[in-house]
Amino acid sequence: MKYLDEYRDGDIAAKLVERIRRVQTKPWVIMEVCGGQTHSIVKNGIDHLLPGGVELVHGPGCPVCVTPLEMIDKAHAIARRSDVIFCSFGDMLRVPGSDGDLFSIKSRGGDVRVVYSPLDCLKIARANPDKQVVFFAIGFETTAPANAMLAWQARQSKVDNVSLLVSHVLVPPAIEAILSSPENRVQGFLGPGHVCAVVGYTEYEPLAARFHVPIVVTGFEPLDILEGVLMVIEQLESGRAEVENQYSRVLARGGNRPAQELIARVFEVSDRKWRGVGTIPGSGFQLRDEFREFDAEHRFSVEAIDTREPAVCISGQILQGIKKPHDCPAFGTECTPQHPLGATMVSAEGACAAYYAYGRHLKDADLITIGDGRR
Amino acid sequence: MSTGKLEDREQTSAALGPFGACPLPIFDHPQIVLGHGSGGKLSAELIEKVFVSRFRNPTLEKMDDQAVLEIAGSRLAFTTDSFVVTPIFFPGGDIGTLAINGTVNDLAVGGAKPLYLAAAFILEEGLAAADLARIADSMAFAAQNAGVQLVTGDTKVVNRGKGDKIFITTTGIGLIDRATQLSADRARPGDKILLSGTIGDHGITILSQRENLEFESALASDCAALHDLIRAMLDEAEAAGNLQGVRVMRDPTRGGVATVLNEIAVRSNAGMVLRESVLPVRDAVRGACEMLGLDPLYVANEGKLVAIVAPQIADRVLAAMQRHPLGADSCIIGEVVEQPRGMVLMKTSVGGTRVVDVLFGEQLPRIC
Repeated sequence: MKYLDEYRDGDIAAKLVERIRRVQTKPWVIMEVCGGQTHSIVKNGIDHLLPGGVELVHGPGCPVCVTPLEMIDKAHAIARRSDVIFCSFGDMLRVPGSDGDLFSIKSRGGDVRVVYSPLDCLKIARANPDKQVVFFAIGFETTAPANAMLAWQARQSKVDNVSLLVSHVLVPPAIEAILSSPENRVQGFLGPGHVCAVVGYTEYEPLAARFHVPIVVTGFEPLDILEGVLMVIEQLESGRAEVENQYSRVLARGGNRPAQELIARVFEVSDRKWRGVGTIPGSGFQLRDEFREFDAEHRFSVEAIDTREPAVCISGQILQGIKKPHDCPAFGTECTPQHPLGATMVSAEGACAAYYAYGRHLKDADLITIGDGRR
Repeated sequence: MSTGKLEDREQTSAALGPFGACPLPIFDHPQIVLGHGSGGKLSAELIEKVFVSRFRNPTLEKMDDQAVLEIAGSRLAFTTDSFVVTPIFFPGGDIGTLAINGTVNDLAVGGAKPLYLAAAFILEEGLAAADLARIADSMAFAAQNAGVQLVTGDTKVVNRGKGDKIFITTTGIGLIDRATQLSADRARPGDKILLSGTIGDHGITILSQRENLEFESALASDCAALHDLIRAMLDEAEAAGNLQGVRVMRDPTRGGVATVLNEIAVRSNAGMVLRESVLPVRDAVRGACEMLGLDPLYVANEGKLVAIVAPQIADRVLAAMQRHPLGADSCIIGEVVEQPRGMVLMKTSVGGTRVVDVLFGEQLPRIC
């Protein structure tokens, strides 16, 4: 199939791996920032193709994972209301709050709907004028334009029974937090391709310079990731620390200007709490004052809910690349996608859930070889 | 809910229950959720804890798609299935076609010649009579095509809002008239895994028809009765003098090929290795799955067959499948191996390896 098969070709993959093998002389730790990249790496077994000295650690770029538990509890409190139609992206539905998930709220009579585009909420709101339609607007810069468009169009077309519960986060402050940590192990980054398709990558250039770390903005297909790894290692081996663009078929340095303008009109930068990590200054978006009437937190005045995560969970360290799912004693035993104990297990794009989904909790799963015996 | 809470509840019921110290397990969910109907781990838990635990018997515990019963010297296959699909009409069929073919297929994969069906209808007040007639026409046509007679039935009407237009349950009986031994516990290392055509067509067709998803495709459901394809396969195996070399047959409906193969791997205590590069998936299905973050291995089919076949006759059975109109795209997608037991692995196109596990509940579209 066009645009897919050419990025999943086994022969080209083997050649890229061989080039990595030739270039690499020292062990390196590389973080893929995006949950989508983590998912692709584990689904395709890419980490098993790499030479032993190249370690991939999994970054904080899973928007469902890092949405704080108290925000999920707020969402659930709103979704339980009989006057509300609660709309969400699909993978948020199974994330448990302090008392069940959105599926269980639905089973008890809540009107919870999966939408594929935030703008579907406008149609639902027009069709149900006696109901309040609330959209759970989560995500990184990638989903911000579409979420902003919902608020923008709701105001323009005076659909006043729609609102957004906003929990938006931004990538560069998270990378800065990881690199500033005394425990940091990450030496190079695969940058977030789709985030940069929206906002460009100029913001990453000062980070690369200040921390002397290569950042290669990378796509999501297997060959994208292998090429991104090769580009990072070439920089590391030659002592360079630049921002490079592996994903040039999708994005340019400046990103998508109209999308950025829309975001700037609707959202403003704010502090955000990240599940498993804590509050990072200037790391999120909130609705601007002129869109306050579309802010679900304001409209429903949900009280702050204080919740605590289980002590055993190491998701904070996993999200920062300090540890891996297998380092956690609860992984695959107490903590599963059925009963997640923390951030990285709640969504398919979280490192723990990706490891679990592709069987890496099973005994000897990491030692399995097939065919040519290459791990 | 934590396991701790579950244990508490089990102890409470032991104290209060009428059966002394050996209570029936209590279900770990206060309410039924949609995932309990997904065919994944949640469904398995529901069936085991609520039903198998109460009705335990050797036939039920085989957990095949049909019960095989020996009655007065005859081997009969017996099965039942409910159909609740929305929308009720879709490209490639409707709820009536599904209701006949689904039950015919559950009999046929047990090696039976499907004979008689019963159908029960739950109709919602307000259902258009013309729609009901159209569905009945489809059922009559499908039954004739499958060579089965609908010999008994029942009809109930519920208040508007208490059903979703129409629900149909069909029950079937078939005769196993040759010495087949088909069961999910019979896969052996070295056996080949045969698939009768492209995967995911039905599930993605239904998804594309739902009102909140605005993508159009030329896809149609693969809904079909498989009894004749299966007859051709068993004829070939018999001609090769190795009828029992056809070990397992399943129609990978809800939960898809991945779920069926995992069940077989567990029941046979063997491993399986698939090759991603040979999996037949239509471009339209693949494109939709890529966009929505779904995996076609878990998407439902309604006219496809997975067969585990001994290596000695695999090529002959495959050729027989390919000669049949419903099996033209048949291929060998992998093989049964010794280790790791109870697991399905896949060699990815790019050269890596991954485990293909059973899903917990429904597949959820990803955020981005």
